[in-house]
Amino acid sequence: MSKIKGFLANKKNHSFIIPIIAILLGFLFGSLIMVLSGLNPIDLFVSLVRAVTGIDISNIGTGKKIFNARYIGEYFVYVMPLVLTGLSAAFAFRTGLFNIGGEGQVVVGAFFATYVGLTFDLPGFLLLPAVILAGALGGALWGFIPGILKAKFNVSEVVVTIMLNYIGMYSTNYFLKQLPGSTNTKTAEIPQAGLLSSDFLAGITNNSRLHYGFIIVIIAVFIFWFVIEKTTFGYELKSVGYNPLASKYAGMKVERNAALSMTIAGAFAGLAGAILVSGTFGYGRVINSFENYGFDGLAVALIGNSTGLGTFLGALLFGALKAAQPIMQINRIPRDIAIIIISSIVVFIAMRNGIKMKLDKIKVKEVEK
Amino acid sequence: METVYSMLVSTLILSTPIIIASLGGLFSERSGVVNIALDGLMMFGGFSAATAIVFLENSTSLAPWWALIIGMIVGALVSIIHAYLSIDLNADQIISGTAINLLAPGITIYLAQIIFGQQRTETFTHSFRKTTYPVLSDIPVIGDIFFKNIYPTVYVAFILVVVSWFIVYKTPFGLRLRATGENPHAVDSMGVSVRKMRYIGVIVSGALAGLGGGILVLTQDTQYTVISIGGTGFIALAALVFGRWKPSGVLAAGLFFGFSRIFSIYSNTFSFLKGLPNEFFFALPYVLTIIALVLFSRQSVGPKAAGEPYDKGKR
Repeated sequence: MSKIKGFLANKKNHSFIIPIIAILLGFLFGSLIMVLSGLNPIDLFVSLVRAVTGIDISNIGTGKKIFNARYIGEYFVYVMPLVLTGLSAAFAFRTGLFNIGGEGQVVVGAFFATYVGLTFDLPGFLLLPAVILAGALGGALWGFIPGILKAKFNVSEVVVTIMLNYIGMYSTNYFLKQLPGSTNTKTAEIPQAGLLSSDFLAGITNNSRLHYGFIIVIIAVFIFWFVIEKTTFGYELKSVGYNPLASKYAGMKVERNAALSMTIAGAFAGLAGAILVSGTFGYGRVINSFENYGFDGLAVALIGNSTGLGTFLGALLFGALKAAQPIMQINRIPRDIAIIIISSIVVFIAMRNGIKMKLDKIKVKEVEK
Repeated sequence: METVYSMLVSTLILSTPIIIASLGGLFSERSGVVNIALDGLMMFGGFSAATAIVFLENSTSLAPWWALIIGMIVGALVSIIHAYLSIDLNADQIISGTAINLLAPGITIYLAQIIFGQQRTETFTHSFRKTTYPVLSDIPVIGDIFFKNIYPTVYVAFILVVVSWFIVYKTPFGLRLRATGENPHAVDSMGVSVRKMRYIGVIVSGALAGLGGGILVLTQDTQYTVISIGGTGFIALAALVFGRWKPSGVLAAGLFFGFSRIFSIYSNTFSFLKGLPNEFFFALPYVLTIIALVLFSRQSVGPKAAGEPYDKGKR
């Protein structure tokens, strides 16, 4: 028992104990709400299992079909953009900055990718890389604006990124509608050479929309880890995040680093936009309200403690909750319970200090004994 | 001239929720707590008001007003989460605000599912009515703009601007509130509780955002849906920045942002504006806010201590 207490009270373990406690509390809160509204929380977990593994527990022993690989494929379709927007938020967090602009960077990235996919006349093998890079570039541009304003004028990146979300959505909506072949809701289909979609991946997952975007996601996680952990630049970013004044005193270019950090963060979110266009949908979409990829990315980064691996795991969790939504609706649970769980986990993460105090108390009691 | 009048009347109606929510943000930020949760709080207020009016509309003619009061109370209650996290637990105010913004669509639509069995509230029919006031509407120009075919809620916005101005600048409470956002240590040294002032600031902001959300749904919609608020809370935040954290500035910015929206609807009637797309007018408030931020950046505007948890030991 005392070993467990020691483990919980050890500050070194807090970086992963606190997210785990927050996740447990979030699910507890969600289950409680379900019980209070007369629903069975078990159905929630049945839906989650089906969304992630494709196995329908409630059909076991009934002779109905138990396994459907399509769900696994669709699960990863939900996870992939979340990893990228999560990395985007995490990268900015590491420099002590808030990137609330994931939403806008995703749509601008998506627009750039669509534009290149539809209008560039490139040889087949070059089109796809061009589409993906264009997405990253679009997002980077949308991250550069708050970054440079922060660096040059010390303007709050929080307010600027929120404003840029809307500017991004309205302006790309306008430009998307101007592209040749566009309707009021979407653009023409992007040529096959510019798509990440794959008959092979769709084939092994019973015609899901699973696409090669996962390669980009894995590379992005690796780049994130490499830049943050293995380069001088990453070290400077972290140092600026911990203590900007000391970093400045040590001769680091704090302002330049802030601008660069926001630009790179934007590029990650822009990639999410690119794989949505080139992988999930195959065309550009005119959206009337945000789809929360950016805001969910913030949640993912928070739960993942802004590390590469943590963000990836966070996206696996929140992706599962998102992917389970349609199944919940089939099982007659309001799908919004998934959103309640995600957001209450963020509330509990925000209570970090409170949880820390509780954990520290465990230690104090130990000492008293 | 008729078109201009009806444009101005629509502007007043559209700006009302923006101004009220923005005043809410003013109280919170002046006390030193950044509140980007305005949008989420408006959703809670809008949902509660819409639900209340569905149940009350057949029993009392004052149902819309009761609905607004309920929206206000719910907004205030939810804002206590933000207050507790950012004041007592020293949580990051942006994270806490983001959490409430994420929570709002989840909880409101979940409750709509439980209460009404659908993704939105039921429609209501006996909400506020556009009224033309006798005598007053005969005043030239002013009568046409302020007293013809207008919702009574518009006056609430103007009254609240004046009241806020009076409280913030003319009362001891307002002085303490502003000081808490500028220099909490000085306030603490005078024996005023920083914690109490900030709690009041955040709860007032929740109440006003809830009221703004309620008014928005009751005057511009026939039911609450997940897109009813549609980012109005973020426009309110922009109006707060653009209005330089002052009640009069908030009023001017709110009216201007509302006008820009209305312009997008009427732009086809003016030949010189025909070429400009709707999206231009939608994006305009946000572009202007960024420009304003850059222009203000050389001067010190905005509460100095906003965004920082109060730490007694810090110098």
